[in-house]
Amino acid sequence: MNIIFKIWRQNGPTEKGELKEYLIEGLTEDMSFLEALDYLNEALVLKGEKVIAYEYDCREGICGQCGIFINGRAHGPHDHMTTCQLHMRSFKDGETIVVEPWRAASFPIIKDLIVDRSAFDRIIEKGAYISARTGTAPEANALPIPKLVADKAMDAAACIGCGACVATCKNSSAALFTAAKINHLNSLPQGKAEQHQRVQHMTAQMEAEGFGSCTFTGACEVECPEAISIANIAEMNARKLKANLLG
Amino acid sequence: MKLNSKVPEGPLEDKWRNYQLKSRLINPANRKKLKVIVVGSGLSGAGAASTLAELGYDVQCFCYQDSARRAHSVAAQGGINAAKNYQHDGDSIYRMFYDTLKGGDFRSREANTYRLAELSAPLIDHFVQQGVPFAREYGGTLVNRSFGGVQVQRTFYARGQTGQQLLMAAYSQLYKMIHAKKVQMFTRCEMLDLVVIDGQAKGIIARDLTNGNLRRFAADAVVLATGGYSRVFRLSTLAIGCNGSAIWKAHKKGAFFAAPSFTQIHPTALPQSSDSQSKLTLMSESLRNDGRIWVPKRQGDTREANKIPESERDYYLERRYPSFGNLAPRDIASRAAKERIDAGYGVGRLKNAVYLDFKHAIEQFGLDTINDRYGNLFKMYQKITGIDAYKEPMMISPAAHFSMGGLWVDYELMTTIPGLYAIGECNFSDHGANRLGANSLLQASVDGYFILPNTINNYLAGKPNAQVPSVEAPAFVIAEERVQAHIDRILKVNGNKTVDHFHRELGKTMWQECAMSRNKSGLVEAIAKIRQLETAFWKDVRVTGHDKEVNTELEKALRVIDFIELAALMCTDALQREESCGAHFREEYQTKEGEAVRVDETFLYVSAWEYNQGDFKLHKEPLHFEFVQPTVRSYK
Repeated sequence: MNIIFKIWRQNGPTEKGELKEYLIEGLTEDMSFLEALDYLNEALVLKGEKVIAYEYDCREGICGQCGIFINGRAHGPHDHMTTCQLHMRSFKDGETIVVEPWRAASFPIIKDLIVDRSAFDRIIEKGAYISARTGTAPEANALPIPKLVADKAMDAAACIGCGACVATCKNSSAALFTAAKINHLNSLPQGKAEQHQRVQHMTAQMEAEGFGSCTFTGACEVECPEAISIANIAEMNARKLKANLLG
Repeated sequence: MKLNSKVPEGPLEDKWRNYQLKSRLINPANRKKLKVIVVGSGLSGAGAASTLAELGYDVQCFCYQDSARRAHSVAAQGGINAAKNYQHDGDSIYRMFYDTLKGGDFRSREANTYRLAELSAPLIDHFVQQGVPFAREYGGTLVNRSFGGVQVQRTFYARGQTGQQLLMAAYSQLYKMIHAKKVQMFTRCEMLDLVVIDGQAKGIIARDLTNGNLRRFAADAVVLATGGYSRVFRLSTLAIGCNGSAIWKAHKKGAFFAAPSFTQIHPTALPQSSDSQSKLTLMSESLRNDGRIWVPKRQGDTREANKIPESERDYYLERRYPSFGNLAPRDIASRAAKERIDAGYGVGRLKNAVYLDFKHAIEQFGLDTINDRYGNLFKMYQKITGIDAYKEPMMISPAAHFSMGGLWVDYELMTTIPGLYAIGECNFSDHGANRLGANSLLQASVDGYFILPNTINNYLAGKPNAQVPSVEAPAFVIAEERVQAHIDRILKVNGNKTVDHFHRELGKTMWQECAMSRNKSGLVEAIAKIRQLETAFWKDVRVTGHDKEVNTELEKALRVIDFIELAALMCTDALQREESCGAHFREEYQTKEGEAVRVDETFLYVSAWEYNQGDFKLHKEPLHFEFVQPTVRSYK
């Protein structure tokens, strides 16, 4: 396959960026999208040019690092998929593919397609944990958790922190990410003791980081690799209301 | 140098308690004056950093990713073992210890392996308390399943995301301690050298990957939690960034490297589909619980899987290993697959795969149950291959996976450099020549949460008057200058081959000669090839850009040259060990039926290699089996 890539190049956080065009020939349908970029980078090195900086790590759809905007969609043309799981068979021979970094003020660009998502870590830092010291736990089965509760917690916990929800949201809202973590912990009996502070502190940090408000367009759920439901956001809002009244 | 494993005295079940009773403690007021560097923030690193911070130490934690949440522990799918005997099927600490020791083909240290099993039960309690959403029965109790190499159900799991969920718990604890200002976190920061002063580990040189600046960090002790090095094969199940640089630099500074050639080849990865491939994707081994593995009975059969009748299918694991069947351990299952593929029975476009079939399981348990157990794996399989595995069998193939070898550590998890610890996959101690499924998350976690935070006191308490050296000390200055010179040298080559070219060549040699099976002439040839590759790298490599910027190509180059050096040691180790054990299958040592032949009279020891000016010197830690007599490992 021959593909024309239009890729966002930006040398550093404060420098001006632009879309640059690259023709790349001899790709195969079996290649993953990231392998196609690897292939392009090898060609650039041999031409003496700087490689395109992009992120990835596990290439198994779980580490959440490979967020790229492809043809105007987070992680490319399919619903519920990470970039590393996208294969060139999803594109047509001769197609032009526009490749950009995540676009959100709270995710500043570091270089080319790499953005800084540490805002997510700072939201986590504000309460996405259960305060218990190592080595103090009671016997695990002493606290039965009905399957339906455990399953619901697991549905929310599946979030991989990739940032597709933010990138695709017209308001750059981090509501789905934050809600998923809050609902995972708050729905479990272990998480109850700190439930009100958790929802208050984490949502406050989310706002402090400059993420926009949620207006329930549902785009985040479509792009989420784990298909985390936007019902989580409604639930977070209800929990916040409750926390404000009771907390 | 005589290797002292520091295994405590007494009966197996009392050793850890005896150790703790006798080890030294540090007054909480003094702990905050002591600084500990933790390199790596996966399950072992994050667990260690957060627990050390809870204890009151001043901790600095480093990772090369943008966040600790990306560490490769995230990718483990299947589960974590614990001897809870919740299923009332006869499990116990001793049985788990025995399974692990036998699984490792009697090449691990008895006392460490026992401690691993002993601490497994409280670890599950710990994770449940942290809010890990493990699978549950309707009534609310925890569910278990079984994994390769064992006949009881002791594996706990959170759908197919167990690693992710455990890592999230550890990462949350880490960020809790960051919030409490007890841990300073350095993301996008890669350790490039270890600083040793007066024979003791006192700090690291790290490169800030956002601007390329080299930085010096000093501490009273350094803990390496940097994971495995199987990316030496290039194609592996590991994350692309996983590298061996930190442990390799530590090795070059004096830490012995143990059992380097013991690499696990995982039986259930997706087959390689082309030359351009960058990695192999793992499918959880838990699939073997319900999936049945087969190949056609006829060589080169090109029919679609569903059109091959039952009578023409060879369920070769069930045939060869009737008592364990599809649950035979990973090395056995991988080798059996290779044997069938090599004999011309492989399936798929490149004839490099075998079938993993759920037809019978779906008939027996129903689609819903199978979906509940493995739904996300089936989805992942479909995303990558475009095939619906509910309708036709999956195709799987062996792939390089976990490295059982790593830095040599004693019972305290300390390397041969005082003050330098290695935890999790980057040490060698618990799995012997083969790791059983679902023991990896376990080892990483107990090392980080339970063992290291206890044993490190013993070292630090012995240093009441020691002070963290200044980063202006000559050892730091020299180490930084050497790292800079190394970087400059790479950038200056300006040859005509990419870094990936060298990695691919290295991978091909290693996969051919030092993976599922090895032989003398192949290894000798491989060592020569690796040496040539090293020379060629310094002549022909080309890295564009400069070092004071984000330069992913330079990061890769630094890692690949370390892999090349490490590969030479792996082949040297494989050549020296003239026996077959676990993942190390020397073709010269096999029975007529193709089973491994261990040579206990000669090789009942851990090979611990000392770096010696580009060459390697062997030291031996004899393995004493006080409580279990090594037997022929049979899964028939």
